[in-house]
Amino acid sequence: MAVLVDRDTRLCVAGITGREGTFHTLRNRDYGTSVVAGVTPGKGGQDVDGIPVFDTFHAAVSETGANTAMIFVPPRFAADSILEAEDAGARLIVAITEGIPAHDELRVYNHLQRGDSRLIGPNCPGILSPGKANVGIIPAQFFTDGNVGLVSRSGTLTYQIGNELAQRGFGNSSIVGIGGDPVPGSSFIDIIALFEGDPETELIVMCGEIGGDDEERAAEYIAEHVAKPVVAYIAGFTAPPGKTMGHAGAIVSGSRGTAAAKADALEAKGVRVARNPTQVADLASEILGARV
Amino acid sequence: MDLLEYQGKQLFRKHGVPAPEGRHAATVPEAVDAADELGYPVVIKAQVQIGGRGKAGGIKVAGNRPEAEGHAEAILGMDIRGFTVHELYVEKASDIAEEYYAAMVFDRSAKKPMAMLSRMGGMDVEEVAERDPEAMRMLHVDPLIGFQHFHGRRLAFEAGIAEDLIRPVGEMLGKLYDVFVREDATLVEVNPLLVTPEREVIALDAKVTVDDNALFRHPDVAELRDLSAEDPQERMAKERGLTYVKLDGNVGILGNGAGLVMSTLDVVAQAGGRPANFLDAGGGSKAEAITSAVEVILSDEKVGAVLFNIFGGITRCDEVAKGLIEAFRQVTPDVPFVVRLDGTNDEAGRRLLAEADLPNVHTEATMLGAAERVVELAG
Repeated sequence: MAVLVDRDTRLCVAGITGREGTFHTLRNRDYGTSVVAGVTPGKGGQDVDGIPVFDTFHAAVSETGANTAMIFVPPRFAADSILEAEDAGARLIVAITEGIPAHDELRVYNHLQRGDSRLIGPNCPGILSPGKANVGIIPAQFFTDGNVGLVSRSGTLTYQIGNELAQRGFGNSSIVGIGGDPVPGSSFIDIIALFEGDPETELIVMCGEIGGDDEERAAEYIAEHVAKPVVAYIAGFTAPPGKTMGHAGAIVSGSRGTAAAKADALEAKGVRVARNPTQVADLASEILGARV
Repeated sequence: MDLLEYQGKQLFRKHGVPAPEGRHAATVPEAVDAADELGYPVVIKAQVQIGGRGKAGGIKVAGNRPEAEGHAEAILGMDIRGFTVHELYVEKASDIAEEYYAAMVFDRSAKKPMAMLSRMGGMDVEEVAERDPEAMRMLHVDPLIGFQHFHGRRLAFEAGIAEDLIRPVGEMLGKLYDVFVREDATLVEVNPLLVTPEREVIALDAKVTVDDNALFRHPDVAELRDLSAEDPQERMAKERGLTYVKLDGNVGILGNGAGLVMSTLDVVAQAGGRPANFLDAGGGSKAEAITSAVEVILSDEKVGAVLFNIFGGITRCDEVAKGLIEAFRQVTPDVPFVVRLDGTNDEAGRRLLAEADLPNVHTEATMLGAAERVVELAG
């Protein structure tokens, strides 16, 4: 088992003919993901290394039975592309694009709330279920199948933590990047709930950062609804207020959204909080038993 | 991006938000001309991106020309909580009957715009919130429906606005919502929202923050960026397409990916060091980006040692190593470097560095080890 993406995933990539889009689509396919289609308006009928390209998402879905969308189009067109994928029936939409205007994200989020499609991202590295499917830009070579579910707002920090875990002999059920933007389509709570219900996952690792209150809300949720052990790590203790730290959503506003407040909220609800990426692996070993 | 008051009011005018007539001025003679043109009394207002201008003496009423000249002279160049005043806004003075507070904020938690209204304006909002939390009325707006008349009515009634002002205050809120959405703002705040003795409702102040990610839709707003207010290193980094935030320590830091860099700063601080900067060289960092990142980091004279913390995913460690070697060819750094390369092509990267045998460059295998080493070297 895994969450969100697996062997049933049939992927359609919006922006497949762009440089980055082509590169990562083919990497995903090489990994074993079933990539069935791509969409680039005006390039319908072409193919990318054998993957058929369609003008519209609707055509792609009806011709290929795609059930998952990956969005690789530039920020100014990305909201439109997400809405098109939803309208065409994609039930999982993974938006990699960074730099989408916040108001666009707000409209997309509120629209998707009314249907049953799930958005992961934007501004995220995607989802990897080791040994099953890779949808996004996560470098799969570092990860193996296992029992740790990892959810994170950051890309490279996830690789760092995943690698620390791998060195101790732990693999992952799935790795889900929810993205660093102010309005993520899915929250920590959404993904933690999936891991709680996933039989393969025995430990949940959440990797948060400054800005917003998603971690604080997750703390409340974990206390009420999660039986599996959770280890957290929060980045940005040294971030000054009012400065955006790389991710659009990573900003301390006045005294709100600090790393200390998040760590305190999680610890108050009994979640173990690691002080650095290496300590995440220490805590995992303590909870699941040493592997190496 | 935070706008100055007069820039915010330009956007207000575009969307029909009434505000007093005013002129921008950068010199004393310009301010006096503006005052003459507007007619006395006028208000001379410091244009800086910080609250509490009035208390600091940055807002003064002038009843005549010599007063206007005197105030403009006093305010220009004044320091307001760390911000030097380079610009003024000269505005026709308004008579005040009531002072309210109105705002549209981007509520990340609820993932909806939130409208705010209070009868207690003209003072610090947080102070009001503490003294009388009930005074501030708040309402979420569904972004797919937008701000409706009922939103305005409900907020105005709930805030206890006088009956004759329910409609004009509601209309004002609707226009502020237009500014918020059409200009891609993440904050539109009016404090005070003024009621004149003639019962007109006007925006006496304007605090507008716009979304950097949406500036491509607003070239006119993008031009308003105040380069002089930016830190020189931050400006240099921006010109080179790097994400850089200046901090006040002595350990220069470069990493790839925002989360990893934030984590690197924390680990350096835990090891007893003080980070000099945040620098994200980005995913898929190429040699060129690394070279220019080194230049930006070293342009901060306080930097006593530099830490490279790379976990290669899409980024290839051999590219990073090439960038560092090239940087040492172009600039000869006189501070030590600690380099930790892990992930994609890490062995190739480490081999390149060993072959290049750069002076004063130390490699470390782990993130924690690298942090301890760089703190030791920075002194």
